[in-house]
Amino acid sequence: MATEAPPSPTSAADVADGLRAVGYLPEEATALVAYLAAKLGKPVLVEGPAGVGKTELAKALARYLGRELVRLQCYEGLDEAKALYEWNYRKQLLRIQAEAGDKGWSDVQEDIFGEEFLLARPLMSAIASEQPVVLLIDEIDKTDQEFEAMLLEVLSDFQISIPELGRVQSKTHPVVLLTSNNSRELTEALKRRCLYLWLDYPALEHELEIVRMHTPELPETVARKLVEVIGMVRDLDLKKPPSIAESIDWARALLLLGVKDIDAQTFKETLSVIVKHRTDMDVVSERVGLKLAAVDAKPA
Amino acid sequence: MPNRPDAGAPPSPGIPPDDQTAGAPLDTPPDGMAARLLELGEQLRAEGVAVGTSELLDAFRVLEEIDWRRQEDFREALAATLAKSQDDRRIFELVFDRFFFRAVELAAAQEGIRENGSEAGEHGDALGEENRLSLDELTPEELDALRAQIAQALQEGSEGAMRDLARLAIAAFGRQENGSGVIGVDVQRIRRSLGLRSDPQPELPEGDPRREGLPRDALRRFEALLRRELERAQIERTGSLPAARPLGDLDRALPSGPLQDLAAVHRVVAQLRRRLATQGKQTRGHRKHAHVDVRRTMRASLQTGGVPVELKYRPRRPRRPEIYVLCDVSTSVTSASVFFLSVLHALHDSFRKMRSFVFIERISEVTDVFEHERDFKAMSEKIASDAGVADISGYTDYGRVWSELLELVEDDLHPRATVIVLGDARTNGRDPRADLFAQVAARAGRTFWLNPEPKLYWNYGDSVIAAYERHCTAFECWTTAQLEDFVKALARPELTLRTT
Repeated sequence: MATEAPPSPTSAADVADGLRAVGYLPEEATALVAYLAAKLGKPVLVEGPAGVGKTELAKALARYLGRELVRLQCYEGLDEAKALYEWNYRKQLLRIQAEAGDKGWSDVQEDIFGEEFLLARPLMSAIASEQPVVLLIDEIDKTDQEFEAMLLEVLSDFQISIPELGRVQSKTHPVVLLTSNNSRELTEALKRRCLYLWLDYPALEHELEIVRMHTPELPETVARKLVEVIGMVRDLDLKKPPSIAESIDWARALLLLGVKDIDAQTFKETLSVIVKHRTDMDVVSERVGLKLAAVDAKPA
Repeated sequence: MPNRPDAGAPPSPGIPPDDQTAGAPLDTPPDGMAARLLELGEQLRAEGVAVGTSELLDAFRVLEEIDWRRQEDFREALAATLAKSQDDRRIFELVFDRFFFRAVELAAAQEGIRENGSEAGEHGDALGEENRLSLDELTPEELDALRAQIAQALQEGSEGAMRDLARLAIAAFGRQENGSGVIGVDVQRIRRSLGLRSDPQPELPEGDPRREGLPRDALRRFEALLRRELERAQIERTGSLPAARPLGDLDRALPSGPLQDLAAVHRVVAQLRRRLATQGKQTRGHRKHAHVDVRRTMRASLQTGGVPVELKYRPRRPRRPEIYVLCDVSTSVTSASVFFLSVLHALHDSFRKMRSFVFIERISEVTDVFEHERDFKAMSEKIASDAGVADISGYTDYGRVWSELLELVEDDLHPRATVIVLGDARTNGRDPRADLFAQVAARAGRTFWLNPEPKLYWNYGDSVIAAYERHCTAFECWTTAQLEDFVKALARPELTLRTT
């Protein structure tokens, strides 16, 4: 897929086609914002419930643009040393011990703060890369506010200041995606630097298309019914509503089982693929199961 | 402009300046897109969306990159740069629609383009133009057919059909006695005469889409269309724009009226739940400024020749939030208690150690109900039938509630417990017994009061919130933003230590 000349999209439709070609079906707004991000060089903040393809979007963009994907998975307690860079102090210590005897302090100091002793972490490697990359900062809402503040320099100027070395300026412009599950309000400063994209559960037809793309062998009627049932399940008040990934898993499971129609029985047997909480299971099997049973009874 | 573009279409530079926008009248703004965009930004700011200069600059840059004549692209591109959260996006949609609707209508009014002249062929189906002109001659059968047709369109949720039918509905039902003059009233009257309801109507014949109840979203969209068409007609009659209706707090307030549906409440609460789920973990997990674990630090220092380069921290003791929630379900807070019960519901999903009570005159524990009943409707019915909280009058008796609460939980309360009271603190003239409440608050670590009334009404009439406020932190809680403030306070222990 990585062609010799990486594509440079000239319209949102280009991006939509390109993403389709690498196996990601974007909605119109998604393609538009992705296009703008590539064009303006602005980071995109992608929010939405879990499992609607936020991370997948970044991967697909990387495939489409023929770029490497650099991923920074955020978690509570993530700090600069793990995200930006770190001095390899063990190597530095060894160096000092090996040479301290016969060299002056200033020589050694100059020596041990060189690039040789720098461990590049994801943000650093994205900035310093010779080739343009796609940088994915996943689940930014899991980090602390301090970390967000540190990101500001990277995101607006694409540079990193290292006190001992000076500034590392990016040679190419990375496409940056930040994802968030919206579990905490991000700071205004960060939002201001980003374009905003809200991804939600797809509309019925769109999800059907996605399911069909991943399991083309599944009969059309089964796929349609599957998507309708998933929609019903999402309407219930669940702890964890099924995501797109779970629809696809379910479709694959049904395909393996060689199911011809989703009736109350098959639904009950394969329920665990889409619902992953015990209390949720009770609710779903009660509500949706009954509905399916009613539908089955009618034509008989 | 020979043809009137649809409302919501991007402005063309030809539209004369709109000088009747809410608030400050602008002195002859320059023509063109830039001025329009600034105005839109201004209106968004007036509604509380943080639109900075950098956002506007981005919007301009974005418009250079896209084909802004396509309405969807135009809207999405602006939304991506101007609205940076879901809430902002909702406000953006409202303001965007209002802004361009008004701009278009004003242009139309000024150029004297009228509905009948220019748009005659727009809805060319059987119930078309001539019916508008001779409404009174519609037979009851024809009206029934129209009702069925509209219900069908709502069921299918097709936007185009709904728009056309909204116009017809107004033509058929809207102009009786020339309307009430208040658009909101007219919308509801038309909806009623069409027999459109979201709850099932079993008396209707088989096959009627209304029998099972219509989808709420479609119903809401249809009402919005009705409103818009009525506004358009009004503008046309008077030939001028009415003052822009600012989005009041009402539009953003918690959906709490008994008439409003639960789906909206649940959307708000779903968000809250996600936030609670993660923040609960934050308080449980380890924090940054923990104590240094000397043993592990020394051991790690061996790697670096005895120099303690890497500090190891002792993980913080997990904090187990133990929450006691008391919820007033009396008639004075009927509208709010629907919302409060959903909040309770959400809290139960997020905190394992939690006990819930409802009260009116007496108090009753409903923890079990919440733990075993996932369905909201069944749950509220169960509470209504089993809890037995109303005694004789049905008015809240806070004094009695406190004394009963003390009896129930006195021994269980401890400094790590959090007590949350949801109620309006209206005692109906009875003794507030703040001394008993103080005892509860003293035993618990933290005590919060969520009052569904705006602060303005506190301590008026029989409200005695001041007496209780001495012993707890009181929040007014009738919009989502206020609720979020509270959630933040709840999840961050160190913050509340400062305030209490």
